[in-house]
Amino acid sequence: MATHVIPKEPLKPQVVETPKEADWTKPQAMAIPKEGYFKIEQGRYGPLFPRTPACHGFTIIAKIKPGTEEEIRQYGKKLENAVAGDSHVLAPLQLHYLRWVLFDIGQDKYFMYQGIFDTDFDKYTEDAVALFTQTGINTIFEKLEGFPMDWKANVPAFIKFLRDHQCPSFLEYGEYPYVTAVEVKKALKLKRAFSDMLDQMQ
Amino acid sequence: MLEFDDIQHFLLTRTPALAARYEFLTFRKPASERAWLTGLVDKVGTGKSVGSASPDSRWVTLAFTWNGLRALGLDEASLATFPEEFRQGMAARAEVVGVTGANHPDHWIGELASPELHAIAILFARDVAERERCKREHDRYLTQVGGVDRLSGLDLEAVYPGEPREHFGYRDRLTHPVIEGTGEVSPPGSLPPIKAGEFFLGYIDESGLQPLMPQPEVLSRNGSYLAYLRLQEHVGAFRDFLREQGQTREEQELVAAKLMGRWRSGAPLVLAPQKDDPVLGVDMQRTNNFDYGKMDPYGYGCPVGSHIRRMNPRDTADNMNRRQMIRRGGTYGPRLPENAPEDGVERGIAAFIGCASLIRQFEFAMNVWANDPRFKDLGNERDPFVGTQDGTFDMTIPKRPVRKKIKGLPAFTTIRGGAYFFLPGIRALRFLAAGDAATRPKLKKVS
Repeated sequence: MATHVIPKEPLKPQVVETPKEADWTKPQAMAIPKEGYFKIEQGRYGPLFPRTPACHGFTIIAKIKPGTEEEIRQYGKKLENAVAGDSHVLAPLQLHYLRWVLFDIGQDKYFMYQGIFDTDFDKYTEDAVALFTQTGINTIFEKLEGFPMDWKANVPAFIKFLRDHQCPSFLEYGEYPYVTAVEVKKALKLKRAFSDMLDQMQ
Repeated sequence: MLEFDDIQHFLLTRTPALAARYEFLTFRKPASERAWLTGLVDKVGTGKSVGSASPDSRWVTLAFTWNGLRALGLDEASLATFPEEFRQGMAARAEVVGVTGANHPDHWIGELASPELHAIAILFARDVAERERCKREHDRYLTQVGGVDRLSGLDLEAVYPGEPREHFGYRDRLTHPVIEGTGEVSPPGSLPPIKAGEFFLGYIDESGLQPLMPQPEVLSRNGSYLAYLRLQEHVGAFRDFLREQGQTREEQELVAAKLMGRWRSGAPLVLAPQKDDPVLGVDMQRTNNFDYGKMDPYGYGCPVGSHIRRMNPRDTADNMNRRQMIRRGGTYGPRLPENAPEDGVERGIAAFIGCASLIRQFEFAMNVWANDPRFKDLGNERDPFVGTQDGTFDMTIPKRPVRKKIKGLPAFTTIRGGAYFFLPGIRALRFLAAGDAATRPKLKKVS
């Protein structure tokens, strides 16, 4: 449970540039405008979404083609096995977490792909598409309505689909804001190293 | 199979040129541009002619902006099939490319940011005398044709004759991608030959497929995109900085090496971390035979933020085979003698980056490798030479026990101009020169 009190004054959206010295000891929340960004900052494929206290991320929501639910669910197991076989298979995405969800709206079934990661998606977007292909994640995208089936020779169309289906958050929160997965792992490595050192001194 | 007789030589072969002239042109009178092109097509060197045993002396290269293709009469339907980044042009994508602040197109010279920029003629010459002759000849030709005007021009010549070095004194041309199908063998430590489709349209690329091409195919096949950058080098400021950072010549040279990732001789810091090794620098069998992940993971030799490690992270980045580019160009302006104070004369590098996808190759390199302050978790750094610097970024030099951090790195360079060009194959040049009023109605020029 979060124990921090919500401030009485309404939260104002702040323009948060890449902070030069982020203070991980102070949890932070950020309310985000409807567009998903505070000011237009042009990336290669469109406006950049800001880095928030919960790092970078996306939430892609799209309707699935009728009758494909089972195949999509089965792919979950395939990816589990792929990561078990090579734990670094998703490393290029610099992820913290992935969440895949299937849910109903009326008679229709929708797929949600939510990722929290440390890189600006616009910057490494082709690497992500290459990885989707390598790990077969594209087979899920191919079950989504409106996905460009010529994407292999037309990567910009794949990227446009992702951007068109991205639903920006209107609030993001970080208990240890702006901390990257690399920094978390470095801290844990240090902890282990200190622990080993203390053992050796017994 | 690469069509060497159709691909312009520019990205395939280096000519033994020590001088060059860039002519930035605008087409002012309908039909004159096709007359101009018709008279030049036969002078354009192909990969076959320049690469053969009897070198072709016709080292002319021609390329066009999107506005230039429109001015040449290409119809709207075809124009729309070119990728968006090319249609917009570099100036419109300044933020993406990272050319902001003093590097912004508002400050560019030579009218390179103007929509009136339609074409470039690149004239390579064996020496300065030959370059001057080529200039005069092109001048006469422009007068004769009429309606094709020069917006600006740039003279280039080697600053260190006999050695490919730029004004700061670093040895250049040490790495380049090897193209599959050219017969060239990758030197040790380099990537295996790269599929031709990464550089030329109409071929399979490293995805294993042939990407979509602009239409009609006769126009795009064997073509490439060129990103042009005119990078002024502030040699006086650079030398002052080295003197501030190092007491002795050796210390100064080490700082210069840490910024670049190689000693000025070309010797890579990963292989020669303590002391320069000029023989290693120019030994093409050894000078690229290193990686970062295993040999220098923390950057104690070659800092993570150094130029060569940012612009070619080797084994520490993904899909490097999709990020390869061919660099061409040279130096302009007079050499600033050693120990001479800054004289205020503009000097630098005027380079072309050739690729099949500006957005995936060139813009990625500029946006991420050169200008992303958070590249590799550095936090607040940009490339010390091609990143946009304004005195607010740092440079970290990893060192035991404690790293050295240079706060507020000054700008050693300023981008004074840039543009995107399409470099067509020979058949495409003929197609453009021929025009076809019936099927390609003349449209109003973009103003």
